[in-house]
Amino acid sequence: MSAQKVVVVGGGATGLSAAWWLARSGVSVTVLDKGIVGWEASGRNGGGCSHYQSPLFKEEQRLWPQMDELLGYPTEHCPERIILAVTPRQLEQYHYIAGMNNRLGHRVDLLDPQQAREAVPLAGDNCLGGIHYRFGGHANPQRTVQAYAWALQDLGGRIVQHSPVTGFAASGGKVSAVHATSGTYECDAVVIAAGPQTGRLLAQLGIDMPLAAARAEMIVTEPAPMMPLGGVDGNGLYGRQTLRGNLAYGGGPHEWVEFDELGPAVKPSTPLTRNLARRVAELLPKAAHLSVIRSWAGVIEMTPDGRPVIDRRDNVTFCTMSGVGFGLSPASGHALRDLVIEGQCTFTDIAKLGLDRFAGIEAGWREARGWLPL
Amino acid sequence: MTSRKVDIHAIDGKFPPPSAHYQVVVVGAGPAGAEAALAAAKGGASVLLVDEHPVPGHQVGNDVPLFFGGRATPALQNAERMLETVFANMDWLEPVFEAGVEVQLGTAAWGIYRNGPLVGSLPGQVVGLANTEKSWLVGFDRLVLATGARDLPMAFPGWNQPGVMGAMALQCLLTRYEAFAGRRVLIAGSHDLALETALLALDKGLAVAGLVEVRGAAQGDPALVARLAAAGVAIHCGSGLAEARGGIDGVESVVLTDGTVIACDTVVLAIGLVPMIELQDASGGARAFVANRGGYVPVADGAVSAVGLCAGVPDTGFDHVAYRFDWLAALGGACGGDTVICQCEEVTLSDLLGVQPPKYLDRSPAMQARSLKSLLADGPVNQDQIKRLTRSGMGVCQGRRCRDQVAMLLAVQANSELAALPLATHRAPVRPLPLQVIADWDESDEMRAGWDVWMGIPTQWVPYADIGTPYEEENRRVLGGNMSL
Repeated sequence: MSAQKVVVVGGGATGLSAAWWLARSGVSVTVLDKGIVGWEASGRNGGGCSHYQSPLFKEEQRLWPQMDELLGYPTEHCPERIILAVTPRQLEQYHYIAGMNNRLGHRVDLLDPQQAREAVPLAGDNCLGGIHYRFGGHANPQRTVQAYAWALQDLGGRIVQHSPVTGFAASGGKVSAVHATSGTYECDAVVIAAGPQTGRLLAQLGIDMPLAAARAEMIVTEPAPMMPLGGVDGNGLYGRQTLRGNLAYGGGPHEWVEFDELGPAVKPSTPLTRNLARRVAELLPKAAHLSVIRSWAGVIEMTPDGRPVIDRRDNVTFCTMSGVGFGLSPASGHALRDLVIEGQCTFTDIAKLGLDRFAGIEAGWREARGWLPL
Repeated sequence: MTSRKVDIHAIDGKFPPPSAHYQVVVVGAGPAGAEAALAAAKGGASVLLVDEHPVPGHQVGNDVPLFFGGRATPALQNAERMLETVFANMDWLEPVFEAGVEVQLGTAAWGIYRNGPLVGSLPGQVVGLANTEKSWLVGFDRLVLATGARDLPMAFPGWNQPGVMGAMALQCLLTRYEAFAGRRVLIAGSHDLALETALLALDKGLAVAGLVEVRGAAQGDPALVARLAAAGVAIHCGSGLAEARGGIDGVESVVLTDGTVIACDTVVLAIGLVPMIELQDASGGARAFVANRGGYVPVADGAVSAVGLCAGVPDTGFDHVAYRFDWLAALGGACGGDTVICQCEEVTLSDLLGVQPPKYLDRSPAMQARSLKSLLADGPVNQDQIKRLTRSGMGVCQGRRCRDQVAMLLAVQANSELAALPLATHRAPVRPLPLQVIADWDESDEMRAGWDVWMGIPTQWVPYADIGTPYEEENRRVLGGNMSL
């Protein structure tokens, strides 16, 4: 098809990347966002870029080292990761993950306790060892999302903020325009990548995507001395040391939540801050004296199997990354661009991420999993 | 409801009830907080009164909670002695003790948590407390904020050196800690706050080198102005601060915008006070902007209310916000592009207005072409967005030194009313607390058993190529069906 004019609903990492990829192909793109670009989970997350489980992994790995240059703005991408164990059970699990990755051709080295402490100066005597991903890495979520937005503008793309989508106009079975609070936007094709709002938006087009939303939390400390490699986590945490030195970590129990069509108005933290702080202090005992200076919470959407949906119906292309969207965004945007322009993903097989796998899912799938708000 | 299946990796049931519960918790043991605690206790309530003073020495060094400006004496490092001194200087507490109120000094309140939108997992409403050793949660029926007000710092050339501090911090060091290291102070401002601070300084035996007033005449109570005049203290009207000059120990003199050079070891900014609403704001509580009361003040609800300066500075009909903007115009006019606005993150005025990233990142030509002006073309200014891009307000002082002046600068640039700007968020912990202190070392078994890195959905992390192969089952078996690593 020839999509000259595309509207992207959702200015998070996935939607902005898709818009940027489309603009690079000469498409006229408008991004609509209910608020500010990257204002939800896309701009506030662990910043990991190491998703070996995804069919987009190879493309993720190929693109990240180039993103600063491709976008023209800094993303703070840094390569590689180390995962430290402080319990025997963790070490066993990490060694399994190392073996699994090596079987799949992704190099992971085992670190004995001495090697781990040398690689991670803030680790302590309680460290039982770790694994070193010779791939992956991390980046700054907020800076990266803004980089996508600016790069898109530099290519002539348009971003309309504070403009929630209110509906769609269809003609001949296809979406011909998107209605938003700021006006109506005609289009040849639409991309919906609106995070937790994706299910509601698709429902207006008769497309049923089962999603449940949850609140997750992170904490951040004052700057610590820079470690040689900032992508360090483990002990039940995800996170990183930022290029400024701050330790930013999340993990632990989530809370299933519900909210209206405009999305969550507030994102409260809970005393989970204390449980996170404990695990960071155990992971990096030589930083235990450093102060926690912030916490934050974000809302992410989950599919029933926790895996993404990247698919298309007529001229509607849609995506949920099921809570793991930031790091994969360079590649998910590419896949969405391919679906819009080529009708299929050109660089990898994503057949198992189709929406059809949930066809006929039981009405009470959330209840069956205990995925209900308190 | 009948039996409901629970996701063991969700937060349901993982927070135990707090170990202690009081009908009334009062945060801040100044005269207003003490009075509220006393009244509650006389009414028969169980009452806990906490106060963060004396704060640990490293907090003072980071200007938390007040703008101490590096002018506290080393006596602050002696925690035991400070506790004795601070307690001895809070003589209004005696009747509070006698009424049966439990009083805990050196105890900071760092978070209020209540069930509401997006959170239903808390065991009632709790307040997070901490001393230098540990943190804990306390349940409450009612909470009274008597947290006071903090200083409004404002940048000018040379302000980022020891000896530039706030009026509230000076008052605190003089009256509670007895630990002020300066001898000769110059005070910026001439409203009641400045006048009262000058009189206190004289009373404590300090030399007051003068007051500086950006407007054409003294702004405060004429009776106070007369008392200062009688003491021989000059008020330099129609003048601002052009520069603070100093050496290794900080400020040595100040140059006024009219060229006058005044010798002093301390510049006391008495431009304004900001009600300390961060506990309330971080908990999602309502607030209102009242220019005559110093800016945002808490709006009371059934459970949380505010007294004293936290509820706003006394309304004397004086527009504090307009006054601050006059100072911003004068001090901002003295600033160069290289004047540091955010001290923690060393963000300069030009980097702030250019929306440039920190200096450890490359600034591509495209990046350098971006600015606040280009960002304003995309939508209304938002301080949190500026914060994340420039890092202004992201440091260990938790934005206390720069957030208010940055908001004012953004309002000027956006040609917007200050109150129309979204207030930059406050998040718990609203005091910097060491990981080992805020950590829960006694968490519930449910928390440990249900802990997961991310969501605990067994199929989520199975490699794509392994889906539907025997490896998928192996993955579940070895990793325990999740990533609870």
